[in-house]
Amino acid sequence: MSKGGAHVMSGNRSASIGGLREPRWVKVALISITLLLIGLFIVLPLIVVGEHAFRKGFEVFWAAISDDAALSAVKLTLTVALWTVPVNALFGIAAAWVLTKFQFRGKNILLTLIDLPFAVSPVIAGLIYVLMYGTNGWLGKYLDQADITVIFSTPGIVIATIFVTFPFVVRELMPLMQSQGINEEEAAVTLGASGWRVFWQVTLPNIKWALLYGIILCNARAMGEFGAVSVVSGHIRGETNTLPLHIEILYNEYHFVEAFAVSMLLVVLALITLIIKSIMEGWES
Amino acid sequence: MSQWHIDVQNVNKFYGEYHASKNISFQVEKGKLVGLLGPSGGGKTTILRMIAGLEQPDNGSILFRGQEMNRVEPQKRGIGVVFQNYALFKHMTVFDNIAFGLNVQKKSKSFIKERVNELLDLTNLSGLGKRYPNELSGGQRQRVAFARALAPEPQILLLDEPFAAIDAHVRRELRSWLREMIDRLGITTLFVTHDQEEAIEIADQILVVNQGRIEQHGTPIEIYQSPQTDFVARFIGESTQFVPKGIIHGFNGVADGREVLIRPEFVEIGKPNEIALPSAASQGTVRHLYYRGASWEVEVEVGGELLIGNRSVEKSSLKIGDKVSVLVHRLIVFENGKANIVENQFKYDPMPVFI
Repeated sequence: MSKGGAHVMSGNRSASIGGLREPRWVKVALISITLLLIGLFIVLPLIVVGEHAFRKGFEVFWAAISDDAALSAVKLTLTVALWTVPVNALFGIAAAWVLTKFQFRGKNILLTLIDLPFAVSPVIAGLIYVLMYGTNGWLGKYLDQADITVIFSTPGIVIATIFVTFPFVVRELMPLMQSQGINEEEAAVTLGASGWRVFWQVTLPNIKWALLYGIILCNARAMGEFGAVSVVSGHIRGETNTLPLHIEILYNEYHFVEAFAVSMLLVVLALITLIIKSIMEGWES
Repeated sequence: MSQWHIDVQNVNKFYGEYHASKNISFQVEKGKLVGLLGPSGGGKTTILRMIAGLEQPDNGSILFRGQEMNRVEPQKRGIGVVFQNYALFKHMTVFDNIAFGLNVQKKSKSFIKERVNELLDLTNLSGLGKRYPNELSGGQRQRVAFARALAPEPQILLLDEPFAAIDAHVRRELRSWLREMIDRLGITTLFVTHDQEEAIEIADQILVVNQGRIEQHGTPIEIYQSPQTDFVARFIGESTQFVPKGIIHGFNGVADGREVLIRPEFVEIGKPNEIALPSAASQGTVRHLYYRGASWEVEVEVGGELLIGNRSVEKSSLKIGDKVSVLVHRLIVFENGKANIVENQFKYDPMPVFI
């Protein structure tokens, strides 16, 4: 047994990790279950989306995605992502920095609050913003006087999306910054570096991969967010519909092929994001 | 201008309720190498970090050349620090690590190149400039950290356990290298260590730090030979401590129920005819023998106590159970936290009885 085991260890490392040596049937069973589930719940739906999108031929597909309302939804979705991602990247770095490098009262409360967007339903997040920034909301009056519309327009959608995607960057950065400590920063300071230089030349290079990973996840979610956005957008076609909302409208109006065609677009955006992520992981290693 | 390069006056530091530095005062002359020695968690690093400006004292002052530094940022103190785990910039090459402080000073490219290469030579790292820290051995990393700290030509060098993470034999080499380097550069240096051998070997002055307090400040010889406190006597060197029940010849009436400390080098063990002053010696029995390569470590029972002494391998060998003469040259008696050194009374007696 030990001889055979040793052979497996040196000959084929993927067969056993460390000292783990599972019987063959366990390995086969686990792999099969994983593949089956991924196939059933992830790969098959993707294929179905593609198949439905092209069911009535390429021309119908093209018409659906080049429709004015669809293009406006694409534009809005990208706009939202363009605002959300930088804002959350900055917020995320700042919050992770504060939470990992300082000790202060109320730190645990802050930690809990950061996870709140994951914990509450996005619909509730949307409702909170309607209550705050809507015409009858707390701040609605003042916003009205200043002639600023938040709810049922782009700013509201951006704010709701920022809320929902807030934890992605922070959660990616925190464990890494925690384990790195502030040693290198202190060394840089004793060498005369200003806070600004310390951040750009020492902190940022050390967290860049986690940051990019967080940004990618944040971006994927920002483009796909439905619940919170649905509440604050008002579903004005050609104006406040993002891609997910546009798809829902098409679907509810029984334009199934068009709905799947636009879905295909969203899927492609998501796949591009994931491909960029895996390319970066390749660079990293 | 003050004669002291570093002058620490009545500094206290609290972490919440915990009193980490208790009324710390000491002075360092320019160009000296000073060791902060003490057990782990005793507050040595806190003192070093306050001098670096990475921690703020709650009260008291820290002066460099007579100028108060308390409100001066670490960037402006003209210090170089070598951290315990070196804290090298992982994503930068050795060259860029060493050049970091020079880039901050906005030196010209050609100057930086020249200075970094000079430091690489000085630290025996020539040819490794393009490597990354994770491609270096522990000793090499330590030297990069040292070169990086020296590059901006600091007035004061602070080292936190500089050799803690290095193999024993490389450590010895690095120690003498460090001593040589500091002598050559004439830079005032403070280093933290829990290793007394290290402190005694390379420091000009030692500060023994325990429980946030400075127990004793002196040269290695003073610290070793005349410990002033209970703690210093116990912490430095090897020793046996006990309250004598029987009589140790030469110390009649000295201990009287108080605790005494005897170091192996205070104890001479020999066959009855080997000891020059038989009147000053006690009788004992050999209980254990340990071969230490350069000498024998002999555990001998005298008056019901086990004493440890060394015996040259050149002398005739002893066996367990042998009756031997034991001459205790001196011992340290503790009284209210103070350590008093007492010499053997009979040793310097002219022994008039025999004349």
